[in-house]
Amino acid sequence: MPQEYRLILKNADKAGYTPDIECYLRHGGYEALRKALATPGRDLPDGKKQTSQEVIRDEVLKSGLRGRGGAGFSCGLKWSFVDRRSGKPIYLICNADESEPGTFKDRQILHKDPHQLIEGMIISCWANDVKLAYIYVRGEFPQAAKIINQALKEARANGFLGKNILGSGVDLEIHLHRGAGAYICGEETGLIESLEGKRPYPRIKPPYFPAVLGLYMCPTIVNNVETLCAVRHIVTMGAAEYAKLGTPNNTGTRIVSLSGDVQRPGYYEVEVGKATLGELIHHENFGQGLRPGRSIRAIIPGGSSSKVLKAGEKFKLKRKGADGQMTTVDVDLLDLPYDFDSLQAAGTMSGSGAIIVLDDTRSPVDVLANLSEFYAHESCGQCTPCREGALWMSKALHRLSHGEGRKADANYLLHIAQNIQGRTICAFGEAAAWPTLSFVKKFKADFEARGAADEAAYPGNGTGKLPTQH
Amino acid sequence: MSAPVTVESKPAPPPVEKIKVKVDGREVEVPKTTPDWLGKPQPTTMLQACAHAGVDVPHYCYHHKLPVAGNCRMCLVEFGTPVIDPATKKPVINEDGSTKIARSVLPYEPGTPRGAIACATPISPGMELYPGSPATAQMREAVLESLLINHPLDCPICDQAGECKLQEYSVQHGQSASSFVEAKVHKPKSVDLGPRIVLDDERCILCTRCIRFTKDIANDDALGIINRGSYNTIAAAPGRQFDNNYTLNTVDLCPVGALTSKDFRFKMRVWFLKETKSICPGCATGCNIVIGSRENSIYRLEPRENDAVNGPWMCDTGRLDYKWVGASDRLREVRIAGKPSTWATALREISVRLGGVKPGSLAIIGSARLTTEELYLLKQLGRKFEAITDVVEHSGEADRLLVHAEKAPNYAGARLTGMAFTEAGINLPQIRAGIESGAIKSVIAFGEDLVSTGLSVELLSKLSLLIVSDVVSTATTPLAHYLLPGCAYAEKRGTFINAKGRVQKFMKAVEAPGDARPEWEFLHELVHQVTGSNGYSTIEGLFNSMAKELPPLSGLEWSRLGDTGVTITL
Repeated sequence: MPQEYRLILKNADKAGYTPDIECYLRHGGYEALRKALATPGRDLPDGKKQTSQEVIRDEVLKSGLRGRGGAGFSCGLKWSFVDRRSGKPIYLICNADESEPGTFKDRQILHKDPHQLIEGMIISCWANDVKLAYIYVRGEFPQAAKIINQALKEARANGFLGKNILGSGVDLEIHLHRGAGAYICGEETGLIESLEGKRPYPRIKPPYFPAVLGLYMCPTIVNNVETLCAVRHIVTMGAAEYAKLGTPNNTGTRIVSLSGDVQRPGYYEVEVGKATLGELIHHENFGQGLRPGRSIRAIIPGGSSSKVLKAGEKFKLKRKGADGQMTTVDVDLLDLPYDFDSLQAAGTMSGSGAIIVLDDTRSPVDVLANLSEFYAHESCGQCTPCREGALWMSKALHRLSHGEGRKADANYLLHIAQNIQGRTICAFGEAAAWPTLSFVKKFKADFEARGAADEAAYPGNGTGKLPTQH
Repeated sequence: MSAPVTVESKPAPPPVEKIKVKVDGREVEVPKTTPDWLGKPQPTTMLQACAHAGVDVPHYCYHHKLPVAGNCRMCLVEFGTPVIDPATKKPVINEDGSTKIARSVLPYEPGTPRGAIACATPISPGMELYPGSPATAQMREAVLESLLINHPLDCPICDQAGECKLQEYSVQHGQSASSFVEAKVHKPKSVDLGPRIVLDDERCILCTRCIRFTKDIANDDALGIINRGSYNTIAAAPGRQFDNNYTLNTVDLCPVGALTSKDFRFKMRVWFLKETKSICPGCATGCNIVIGSRENSIYRLEPRENDAVNGPWMCDTGRLDYKWVGASDRLREVRIAGKPSTWATALREISVRLGGVKPGSLAIIGSARLTTEELYLLKQLGRKFEAITDVVEHSGEADRLLVHAEKAPNYAGARLTGMAFTEAGINLPQIRAGIESGAIKSVIAFGEDLVSTGLSVELLSKLSLLIVSDVVSTATTPLAHYLLPGCAYAEKRGTFINAKGRVQKFMKAVEAPGDARPEWEFLHELVHQVTGSNGYSTIEGLFNSMAKELPPLSGLEWSRLGDTGVTITL
């Protein structure tokens, strides 16, 4: 029976569980840190030696932990890219700029269990020789910022932060920085620019890979809140045990944010891949289905940037049989295991782990118009295709959803979106283009059905009737 | 015992490492590294490799003397890289013996080509660049369409028209029509950014060249972007004027008509301007410039790139200091004792009167605004009459970028020709004392107002002979027994030698007013008349004979100076 597996959120919602350090310590808090600091170095079979920090880094790599921010990149691999010979300080930044529409998982941790994050950060910092770390909290989380600052103060007072942590000789300071309310600050190089006090224009890569030229042009690790919490559990459990959670290549647990047209929206921590999309939406342990009489029209599976999935879609997934042979199987939308690889195979992504369910009362045109307004507002405006294209799509969709659509608008939208994806500095280009590309391709008839307006009103020279500006 | 002879063998410079890449199928060998905007070697980029192959990659935000931004996306180029066999780590070879190439595609959509920004993407061995491919063409077309959807398309009244990269690239890479049917974004027009700059935010394509120049070259954080996305707007920091001494460089840098010069806007269509290579006479830096003129009027000065002097920049002071050239107070006639006369009469009379001057009783005061050739001729006169010579010092503030403390272009030339000594102006007190005592009875003054140097009207009135050449009226000109109207730098040819010893020639852009003549021309006649030496009637010949005589210039010829000059040891 599919059910929650609460590892990171084990305590957060327990009655009487509070965000203060005493409560955290009563629940075994900072034991993982002690364990990490006491980790002995080890000899490898090939005769090489690993320091205790290398052991932790190795454990994280072996745990199979994939980033929980959106890209799903191996955390251990990311750490391995860090330039450790530059002679420059290494920084670690916790990305707490949770702003992907539909996503509300990190805020649970920030609000309810801040010390878990701090412990995860201290371990990660120590493992990577980081002496100074930052938590970048989105501007719209004022309460989280207060709670984290209080927690940092407590951690300092209890000797977990500052000079000579727990008598280990290790120094670490963590500062909290609040954003000013921009989605683009969640992009790691945009975040770094913002942290440096600049406009959050994402950096070009090459040459500015954070692992080499990050914050203040020093090697920098940027990890999501949930990822850093997972590190704490990998240390407690050991990589092998942690990797048993979830499914191969999709290990551990992740917190799914379920919203939209379900009876019981909310956040659910599950073993990655152990529940299907259908189970997350319908099962009594999770979404408990749609409202009576409604049916699913579409699912946005990984935050608003992910490509929409249409009800009734079938996908071909590669599965390893009992004999070890790979076979291709047909899988219905609702039978898609909710993990990184299956959603990628389905042409979309599990992104930030946010599932938005759209029932049959929702118009794909109006939904996309709403989403596109978000991207038009949040494009930083650095790269031409995204700066101009995001608002262009939004204007066209506004027109379309307000009775001024043209038959040609479906292809018009595809033309705009196609010219954004893959042509920008950061992945925001994809984030802005993918909803349009997927919605229009999969629901083309709905878009064309809105194309009733007088074509002559839009002569193609930019002098058309004015849609309302936002 | 003789000292051991050591033969110092210099190690040969390391060979420049080369990389082979293909540009549209043509193999080119390019250096592995290329200097970046600071001159530091960095991996050669796709854009630089294409340049080696003679292929221009269109771009807006990229500028070779600014940090790379990569934002305009105009330089996206499709490319391919050799397929590497994971087992052998060696390139996979096709049946026909060629290297197997994987064309760049979107990782999530393998059927769709992916471009890389040529301005920032380093090349690697065996890489293939496709600046001429249909996919690259489509990417350029799409970027141009995006750049134009919210652009006002007001080319008919735009100052940039004719030298606008939006226009040029639209012709080369754009489409005749746009699919855009929405309302355009409106932004501030005619924004008064500072005392010399007006900004049209609707024309701006947000390439950030102006911001990067101002921050990273001019060291001024005055400019930034406000708002978001399509509403992004260039603006000066709140409460601040965009007012450093280099603001007008942003007008040159702006690839479109967004930043315009208050001095130049709406004055002249740029395609009517004649462009003349010249040197800024404002200080001893000697910035290379282009004079834009039409029908004998100067409309603007722009910097001309010379890495040995000014890079691609110039200061605002120098750029705007051209109006005196065409001013109404210019001297336009030869005068003898205040009465209009002719060159023939004046030069004949002067040579006769100079013939009567007793050795040691003549002083020649020149100017570091004169050309090296003119200073050389003045010195020849001085030698003939054993005159005491000098040039007047003009000094002021220097800055860290281009502005020099010596406020005339040719102090090095004045010293080199012997008109001035180690420090300009140190002979002036002696000249004054000589006039006071009556030892000096004759003065030749070229290009300087003697009264403002401290030689009073009363003192100058004691002279039995005062020959003055200048371009404008000064307190001294009415006192002249002979007044000879000279030329502004823009009206003649010649050389200046800057503070670092760069010998640079400049060309004539406009005609001098009235009877005014280049000083070297009539000085040459005068020298010929008083010394009997054979002269040269061309600036080329004059320069070449001067170069033979003055050791620091030895081996130099006018034709070898080129457009950007030659550095000599001072």
